[in-house]
Amino acid sequence: MPARSPVDLAALRGRHPEHFQRFDRRRQATLAAAAAAFVLLVYAMGELGFFDGKLLAGMGRLAEIAGLMLPPDPKDWAHARVFALALLETIAIALLGTLAAAVLALPVAFLAARNVTAQRVVRFLSRRSLDTIRSVDILVWALIWVNVVGLGPFAGALAIMTADIGTFGKLFSEAIEAADRKPVEGIVSAGGGKLLGVRFGIIPEVFPVLASQVLYFFESNTRSASIIGIVGAGGIGLYLAEAIRTLELQQTSFIIFMILIAVALIDYVSSQLRFAVIGHRGVTA
Amino acid sequence: MSSPIALLPDAQLRPLLDGYEASVRSRRWHTLLIFACVAVAMALSSVSAEVSLPKLVDNIHRFPSYIIRLFQLENGRPVWTDFPEWFWGLSRWLRLLGETLLMAYVGTVLGVIGAFVLCFFAAANVAPSRWLRIVVRRFCEICRTVPELVFALVFVIAFGLGPVAGVLAVVIHTVGALGKLFAEVVENIDMKPVEGIVAGGSSWPVAMRFGALPQTMSNFVSYGLLRFEVNVRSTAVMGFVGAGGIGQDLIEAIRKFYYSDVSAILVLIIITVSVIDQVTSHVRHRLIGLQEKH
Repeated sequence: MPARSPVDLAALRGRHPEHFQRFDRRRQATLAAAAAAFVLLVYAMGELGFFDGKLLAGMGRLAEIAGLMLPPDPKDWAHARVFALALLETIAIALLGTLAAAVLALPVAFLAARNVTAQRVVRFLSRRSLDTIRSVDILVWALIWVNVVGLGPFAGALAIMTADIGTFGKLFSEAIEAADRKPVEGIVSAGGGKLLGVRFGIIPEVFPVLASQVLYFFESNTRSASIIGIVGAGGIGLYLAEAIRTLELQQTSFIIFMILIAVALIDYVSSQLRFAVIGHRGVTA
Repeated sequence: MSSPIALLPDAQLRPLLDGYEASVRSRRWHTLLIFACVAVAMALSSVSAEVSLPKLVDNIHRFPSYIIRLFQLENGRPVWTDFPEWFWGLSRWLRLLGETLLMAYVGTVLGVIGAFVLCFFAAANVAPSRWLRIVVRRFCEICRTVPELVFALVFVIAFGLGPVAGVLAVVIHTVGALGKLFAEVVENIDMKPVEGIVAGGSSWPVAMRFGALPQTMSNFVSYGLLRFEVNVRSTAVMGFVGAGGIGQDLIEAIRKFYYSDVSAILVLIIITVSVIDQVTSHVRHRLIGLQEKH
């Protein structure tokens, strides 16, 4: 074993002072950021009334409410039937909204995709309008559509459709931009027009991706559809909000339970279909 | 005319062409079948959702006219002719918007902390016990499946009207959503550092702190920022059920047909959301860039 040469710590320290600091620059910056975040958190919690004593009293009441929710009970069969029908209506709203949004978003997505639309202005405008649609919450869209077509599930389906056009438009255009350019170039070089290039060069490639995104959103839209009833746009949300407001807590938990099961079922079905469409390599959502 | 490509003789070509035709035909049938299923599903749901095209056609003109009406003042002139009149409640709305942002911030930070603690128990590769892992996973699932507004409705009863209920609803949803994502991040780490630390005789928390955490930190922060964007959007509507933020004023303006107020509040929300999106995506890209450099 070779003899170790004694380490001259002092010289090392002199040459590389930064490595001997317990708190180097990066660590200091991280700590400062964490401290600032913590101060802001405490300030915000104070500002929002977390320390007014309401929190503790509320926790007690929350435990009480949770106790009263068990066991889930629809009260009688008539109520259970009404809730089941409302749940079916919710799923119908989600399905219609998702499919209609997918159909309407497709042309916009092509306009917003860089590799299809060379025109800068068109692309910019279609992107900005998609962004604006996405920034408005689905409940606001529901309220607007209630003003147009009246209370009921139809307004809900239209609201989901409108909100999803923004989301699908963005996701679809990203999928289209990620498509391989070679098939399109091949078609164009063989004399096909731009439209033929899109039809036979891009659509076959991106269609499975788009279909899987649509299926993925069907599940999350079922969740959205279950709350738009709160503003009168149909579905089970109306009954849910009513049950909570009138403190029918066992009914409340029954309805929540129904929604959970329905969402889990749809999640299972849609992920099976997704795997069938794109194979087991996951979704690029 | 002679082609540069040599064609197969007919006898050999025929079966190949037939095979191609058959494959195309079967694919067409397949597609048709799928479309038929979708059409039936749509028809059934149209009945359930009370879709009526005549109603839509009769009333569709109200949609653009409603949107146009949103951008008119009480006296019928377009809003941009008189900014002070359009944004008459600016100081109040800005305060509420600030409250909304604080709600989103508190909700995100507390949710990130909760998800951070839970994710190590939910990740298949490092979880200390299988049963605990299943329980934590189910818990996260329930937290993210029940819509935030439902939690908010319940919390409003328990905690009274105000932002506390809204924040707690956001926290629960964030824990559920991020708990899953964080657990997936942890499942994707390189296990060698963790094994090394455990082999050196350290306990599980130490192994997590020095083996797992350094590999996951930047992803956690990035997901947290992404969640903040989502939470800003969702706290903006918490006021619909009385759980604080600017939503209260928005739904009141919509319900009472204060058209120009609706557009003013929506414009403020859209500007805030897009500014936040820009800032967080900038930070996230810098974080990801940092990670790649190492």
